[in-house]
Amino acid sequence: MPGLEIKEKVDVCVVGAGHAGCEAALACARLGLETVIFTVNVDSIALMPCNPNIGGSSKGHLVREVDALGGEMGKIIDKTFIQSKMLNKSKGPAVHSLRAQADKAEYSRAMRKVLENQDNLTIKQAEVCDILTDGNRVTGIKIFTGAVYECKAVILCTGTYLKARCLCGEAITYTGPNGLQAANHLTDALVNLGIEMRRFKTGTPARMDKRSIDFSKMDEQFGDKKVVPFSFSTNPEDVQIEQVSCWLTYTNEKTHEIIKNNLDRSPIYAGVIEGTGPRYCPSIEDKVVKFADKERHQVFIEPEGLHTNEMYVGGMSSSLPEDVQLAMYRTVPGLENCKIVRNAYAIEYDCMNPKQLYPTLEFKKIKGLFSGGQFNGSSGYEEAAAQGLIAGINAALSIQGKEQIILDRSEAYIGVLIDDLVTKDNFEPYRMMTSRAEYRLLLRQDNADLRLREKGYQAGLVSKEDYEAMIQKKEMIEKEVERLKKLSVGASKKIQEFLFSKGSSELKTGTNMAELMCRPELSYDILSEIDVERKPLPKDVIEQVEIEIKYEGYISRQLKQVKQFKKMESKKIPEDLDYHDIGSLRLEARQKLIDNKPVSVGQASRISGVSPADISVLLIYLEQFQKKNEKNG
Amino acid sequence: MKSDTIAAIATGMTDSGIGIVRISGEDAVMIVDKIYRSKSGKYCFHDFKSHSIHYGYIVNKGKIIDEVMVSLMISPNSYTAEDTVEINCHGGVLMVKNILETVIENGARLAEPGEFTKRAFLNGRIDLSKAEAVMDIIHSKNKFSLENSIRQLRGSVSEIIRELREDIIYEIAFIESALDDPEHISLDGYHERLQEKTESILGRLKKLIDSAENGKIMKEGIHTVIIGKPNAGKSSFLNLLVGEEKAIVTDIAGTTRDVLEESISLNGIQLNIIDTAGIRFTEDAVEKIGVERARKFAKEADLIVYVVDVSVPLDESDYDIIHMISDKKFVILLNKTDLPVLATEDMVRDEIKKRSEKNILPEVRFIKTSMKENEGIDVFEETIKELFFNGEILLNDEVVITNMRHKEAVMDAYESMLQVKESLENNMPEDFYSIDLMSCYESLGRIIGEEIGEDLMNEIFSQFCMGK
Repeated sequence: MPGLEIKEKVDVCVVGAGHAGCEAALACARLGLETVIFTVNVDSIALMPCNPNIGGSSKGHLVREVDALGGEMGKIIDKTFIQSKMLNKSKGPAVHSLRAQADKAEYSRAMRKVLENQDNLTIKQAEVCDILTDGNRVTGIKIFTGAVYECKAVILCTGTYLKARCLCGEAITYTGPNGLQAANHLTDALVNLGIEMRRFKTGTPARMDKRSIDFSKMDEQFGDKKVVPFSFSTNPEDVQIEQVSCWLTYTNEKTHEIIKNNLDRSPIYAGVIEGTGPRYCPSIEDKVVKFADKERHQVFIEPEGLHTNEMYVGGMSSSLPEDVQLAMYRTVPGLENCKIVRNAYAIEYDCMNPKQLYPTLEFKKIKGLFSGGQFNGSSGYEEAAAQGLIAGINAALSIQGKEQIILDRSEAYIGVLIDDLVTKDNFEPYRMMTSRAEYRLLLRQDNADLRLREKGYQAGLVSKEDYEAMIQKKEMIEKEVERLKKLSVGASKKIQEFLFSKGSSELKTGTNMAELMCRPELSYDILSEIDVERKPLPKDVIEQVEIEIKYEGYISRQLKQVKQFKKMESKKIPEDLDYHDIGSLRLEARQKLIDNKPVSVGQASRISGVSPADISVLLIYLEQFQKKNEKNG
Repeated sequence: MKSDTIAAIATGMTDSGIGIVRISGEDAVMIVDKIYRSKSGKYCFHDFKSHSIHYGYIVNKGKIIDEVMVSLMISPNSYTAEDTVEINCHGGVLMVKNILETVIENGARLAEPGEFTKRAFLNGRIDLSKAEAVMDIIHSKNKFSLENSIRQLRGSVSEIIRELREDIIYEIAFIESALDDPEHISLDGYHERLQEKTESILGRLKKLIDSAENGKIMKEGIHTVIIGKPNAGKSSFLNLLVGEEKAIVTDIAGTTRDVLEESISLNGIQLNIIDTAGIRFTEDAVEKIGVERARKFAKEADLIVYVVDVSVPLDESDYDIIHMISDKKFVILLNKTDLPVLATEDMVRDEIKKRSEKNILPEVRFIKTSMKENEGIDVFEETIKELFFNGEILLNDEVVITNMRHKEAVMDAYESMLQVKESLENNMPEDFYSIDLMSCYESLGRIIGEEIGEDLMNEIFSQFCMGK
């Protein structure tokens, strides 16, 4: 096509405008880089094609961390939620987790608006079909029309769109989620670059017309009376809105019978699906087969927004044919006359083995190529946003010639997420879970700002005011903890009477206020009666003071473990280290280390097949290597 | 969590006059402070100057364990460049082991193979040119100890540990799935259930600790292998020693096709006796495997008992055996003395002389026996005693150490469960004690050589139905 060649020159190209792409593009643009974000359809920016929630156990932590680092997700959900709950409130503070029901359409719209108004950022509707490189360095991308965008970094956030295929029983369409156009060209280009691809699968339940549901047969589920915002920048007063309800009902034997009788028509059981699905969100077929002794499964009916009648049927994702779906849903109390707006379906897509990435989310083989989200083999909006943000920050920092950031496992859930992805063998879409975070008592959602604001500030995404507010908060906490520890409490009559009145045992000797606070029946609030000098403090400060004092024993144990952990993390492995030179490494370990190229001894120790003895050998070799280099100048 | 202060026996575990336990790391002085008492009781260990040595006692739980000389080297002027304390105690396997155990109970951890040298190197105390050697030591020692530790674990013990681990991981998976999916899985009433479970696990761990203390976790003892031609009377000999019919005894040659193993105590000396298949050239595939195994065991033995059937002439198989054992410590039983003798002591002695690689005749002990008449067993027992107290046969110290390592791991597991119990009593939320349950699971895994890997995820997804 003569005369039609378009060549644009920018800094960063972000491929995909889902939750990862949006954070990545915003981070780059905000750090001053000319950025283009590509999407197959501008109307699908920040789409929520599956559940209508943001947050949940451990995912809520991710959103908080994204926010503390200067990401967008928390702010958007605070503006567009229609119900919110703090989960696990009866459990320890480390596992409290926020989850909000989003107004899906509003969420997308609000995010799109932020993107559209962001300086340095351009939105472009186009399918990216090639990655251009020069040697092992990325130089640009090419879109389907032939236009070329030259750039210094590319961030791949393709979600579930690559060679996507949706299955609803025998009905198979070659589309992305929600019937959107799939991206069929990029996979081949990536394979040509030597990237190892894989195929994953996930699924979503049906959406129903609200008017066809009988809610009187279900239990109503309310939001919290006092809502806590996700974002540290949101004024808590602004989120005390009128909320809508969700509804709980159950499957029964009839439901299960219909499913069992039609398993041969399920693409999974018939072997039509090749991709690996996640074990943590099984389809209803899987639940019925694998947990055959369970008489019923919970079904949550959740609104998709305020301006739609569509309701999400949580707990019943499926790839059974339409007729079986209808029959099975109609056995559920309250859904007897249900009308399905959108069928449940399974979706298969191409993604890649994330062990090809450094913990900065840059490809080991190709400089300037970054990736995030489901393309990296994860699942979930929050996991995607977290990776997108880190990929975006690091792409920007690398262009600016600055040191990239890596959050480690003791600093953030994001650190755990990325370390797991790039270090361990993952054979299914990866979902964040609180049990994956070994230092979780420290990685609480309530202290994400204290943990990460500084990093966000250093990267340039957090404003000076927000950073200083955090520093001030930190000081107030430290001062108050110290005051309480020093404040002695004598065994006076007044004190003994107070303790008696609170059902607490009397003092035998004098103690201090902090010691008293450790008693389960006493709290900061209760102690105000005998703590007369106390000055009023913000609620979030008091919360931190209370946690620090009450759980001090446990927290200090974890801090000790972190100290050990950090020792190994801080021992960096030079990129050009030749493992062939280390004769005493076991063969298996050597191969694993060559394949994985860990950045630190700590990361090396987490590779399966590398033993503690191998790590000792590696440590000694590194020491020798370093000393030799020092000698040679 | 344990400190990073390490301890080990610096001398070999022989019956030499003295033994040395070395402790290195930040807490070395603090730990010895707890267990050292000067003669007058006036001095505290931490008041001593660096590079000085002091007379006194090692005391554990109020009881004096041994009279010792303790030396102190403050960082960086020690082998490892860390604070280092050396306890010079009376020799003897039991004594040195006792001291080491006391040190460990007071907060040190058992050093990994080669760990002192590793620290010395990393702290710049060893010349750069020695790095290769240090890496090799770590590599080979760890390989050896890993193989040994699992191989020498008693089958019943690994079974108990596996069961414990299964129970524990189930509880963790339950808690964790409820934390991850609170709307599907409820922890109501779980507290009480776990309290019961915790008591049961603590009880089982206590039993394991007791077994460890009695040396029952590992096959601790002198590694003894009985070897000889088929039908020489090896199994009969073992049966006489053990006092019951464990090995199948028939007069068909080649009955013991596999390997039998027994632990016996002779005058307080623990023998781990392995009865092997008879050595002969054979075409029988199964028997061949047995013979190969016998060779392997003979190679690793501390002591070999070579049973010669004197009623038949020496042949190629005997020569083969003699060659095989010539560099080992061995005792020869001249068996079937109740029958006409066709192979004499002198004939065997000559063959040994011929085949000994060093061409020097080792001091060979011959014992005339008749299993049928129960003759010569008492002489054998006396001989073992003599050999042991003369220091001619030694305990495999690697096994003693491994046993301590296992005990340490069980103790750690026990400590973690105590934490769980305490948290339960204090009404702490589930996410707190789930962490200690995991440490318990991990500690037990060390004994059977298993890492955690994806165990928890697999258990969660296979046992509990998660939502969405």
